[in-house]
Amino acid sequence: MNVSATDLLLWVAVPYVCLAVFAVGHVWRYRQDQFGWTSRTSQLLEHRWLRWGSPLFHLGAFMVIAGHVVGLAVPASWTEAVGVDEHAYHATAVWAGSVAGLAMVAGLGMLCARRLLTRRIRLGTDRSDKVLFPLLSATVLLGITATAAHNVLGAGYDYRSTVSVWFRGLFTLSPEPGAIAGAPLLFRLHALTACLLFAAWPFTRLVHVWSAPVGYLVRPYVVYRRRTVAGAPRRRGAGAAPGGRRTV
Amino acid sequence: MRVMAQIAMVMNLDKCIGCHTCSVTCKQTWTNRTGVEYAWFNNVETKPGVGYPRRYEDQEQWKGGWALDRRGRLVLRSGGRVRRLLSLFSNPDLPSLEDYYEPVTYDYDNLISAPAGPDMPVARPRSVLTGRPTGITWGANWEDGLGGAPQNAGADPNLSGEWAEKVRFEFEQTFLFHLPRLCEHCLNPACVSACPSGAMYKRVEDGIVLADQDECRGWRMCVTACPYKKVYVNHATGKAEKCTFCFPRIEAGQPTVCSETCVGRLRYLGLLLYDADRVGEAAATPDEKDLLDAQRGVFLDPFDPEVVAAARESGVPEDWLDAARRSPVHALVSKYKVALPLHPEYRTLPMVWYVPPLSPVLDAVDAAGGDQDDPDHVFAAVTRLRIPLEYLAELFTAGDADVVGGVLMKLTALRSYMRERTLGEEGDESALEAVGLTAREAEDLHRLLAVAKYADRYVVPAAHKEDAALFATENRCPVETSGAPGSGDGRRVLLGIPALRRRTTDTPAGGRP
Repeated sequence: MNVSATDLLLWVAVPYVCLAVFAVGHVWRYRQDQFGWTSRTSQLLEHRWLRWGSPLFHLGAFMVIAGHVVGLAVPASWTEAVGVDEHAYHATAVWAGSVAGLAMVAGLGMLCARRLLTRRIRLGTDRSDKVLFPLLSATVLLGITATAAHNVLGAGYDYRSTVSVWFRGLFTLSPEPGAIAGAPLLFRLHALTACLLFAAWPFTRLVHVWSAPVGYLVRPYVVYRRRTVAGAPRRRGAGAAPGGRRTV
Repeated sequence: MRVMAQIAMVMNLDKCIGCHTCSVTCKQTWTNRTGVEYAWFNNVETKPGVGYPRRYEDQEQWKGGWALDRRGRLVLRSGGRVRRLLSLFSNPDLPSLEDYYEPVTYDYDNLISAPAGPDMPVARPRSVLTGRPTGITWGANWEDGLGGAPQNAGADPNLSGEWAEKVRFEFEQTFLFHLPRLCEHCLNPACVSACPSGAMYKRVEDGIVLADQDECRGWRMCVTACPYKKVYVNHATGKAEKCTFCFPRIEAGQPTVCSETCVGRLRYLGLLLYDADRVGEAAATPDEKDLLDAQRGVFLDPFDPEVVAAARESGVPEDWLDAARRSPVHALVSKYKVALPLHPEYRTLPMVWYVPPLSPVLDAVDAAGGDQDDPDHVFAAVTRLRIPLEYLAELFTAGDADVVGGVLMKLTALRSYMRERTLGEEGDESALEAVGLTAREAEDLHRLLAVAKYADRYVVPAAHKEDAALFATENRCPVETSGAPGSGDGRRVLLGIPALRRRTTDTPAGGRP
């Protein structure tokens, strides 16, 4: 298939640049900014919207991410090999995806609403949030619109033979820009905003995802630490000296 | 036996005049920054009163501290590990800012920039969070001196039924005392146990409980778990901050700022040795009323040769053992048993203890027409008057009025004996004997409670340099903002001060200048 320069730029260059920024950005941020590495909770300032919006968004996001992993990373031949035919896969994906997507959209809508409507929160919003919230909203809305337009209301679009092939190609270092170039506009826009979201990720509050405290499940309750000793290597983060631990 | 040392505090409540010097100096030292305007690492509450944040002692609502499950095991009242992770997205038991108060600043600029006119310009309050004019409707001790008691004091979680009524309607005849509060630096800290990221910890050397600003991820479980509500969320950084027990001063052998500046000289600092292996068992004592004795049972006698040997083995330095023997806290808590912990029923084994105030009882004697200088009248009041004795018991002994009564009897006997001695009389030792004191012990206790000098009140051994070669307070200013040049060398204690300029009314809450 002939591949135009635009397709090469959009579906090879942009994704690789974004992934590089994602990887290098995380290393840089983790080493330089342990102090800023946080969920930046604002529950203290507003809790009525958050109470519903945040769990809806997060739980919806978990399901959506799981769905994307299955849809993008797992080739159709594998699911068929375990006895899931295209029809069954499609039905499950549309149903579960719609529920998850709606939860995520509703939750994100509430989180955006409180950020815009509650003055305390709006004024506490920093530059990274002003990038993150629109970018995340655009990605999520484009994704759910694509699903609704093509797979719920429309005739059905088998992205697993196009978008997924392109996606896997990026990671097997044999990019296939042609695979996605023919996909419907909504899918292509969704993929592009997602690339930008990954590029912005390390510079926003999204980094708190990597700090999900699963270790808490097996840790002893009371944590004891010795006063830090000079020159001893720090457990993590940048800076080597004891004063570097900010303790309040 | 695993011997550990803890720097602990005792406050003699009869001496607290409610001047708030401790709160103010603490605030100026630690929380005069954006994001923690509402945080009071140390505050002084009027009792009876709702406290700060409002009704924090109501653990049915706030779910602070520990509880025993059906099988008698110790669990965090706010739920187990799985439940905690499930409530990360929205913590159902987190106080909101309305339970504290909306921080304000004043429109000072108006005082000098107002145009000439017939009226004196005023500085109106503005919300620090929104920059808009606001009313000041609550504070860290809004009901100071029982102000507004008819409306508010009845909501004190320690009062119930007819007491609440009495305080509400007869507050001019009721009692009043001040309760300075700071982080308890508990032996079994619920905040540390609830921190999902392991950012909070108890220091091995001196037992100070701290929140690591680099590792806190803002999951805010500590705020819920602390039954004393002495961990605060910095709303600008989204991280938890708490009382540090002024560790840079403690490491240098100096008392905390609140102690140093206490006008009434009611605070005592000293070491307590304890057996770390018995902490969990003591915290799980089945009957709440036995918790006080269980916690005293965890403390070790620094004069006992076996304890000293075990302490040396655990690495407690020799001068610390000496300090533990001279510790005024050990004397008040373990030897004379006149100090009591605040709310032992929370099962955190708190380490800031209080000598309960005799003044509410003396007030009651006066109100009943008795003579507060006659120990018989006071004894009678201690045994007969339900209020305030049961109130003090709710605060300090999980409701066991006999224990509080015993301490107050001891203080009364001491007061009357020393009064006679001071007036040149022989002194009647029978009252002393009744409360288990000898004349020599009485003089010792009296010296400790009434005339102790700086060096007797604060026995703080300096930290050992061989343990930590570089100290926060050594050769440099320990406090730097994170935006200051040169802070990147990681050698300073960074306090998490955002690099933002302090807000003016034009650039409120987090707005970049």
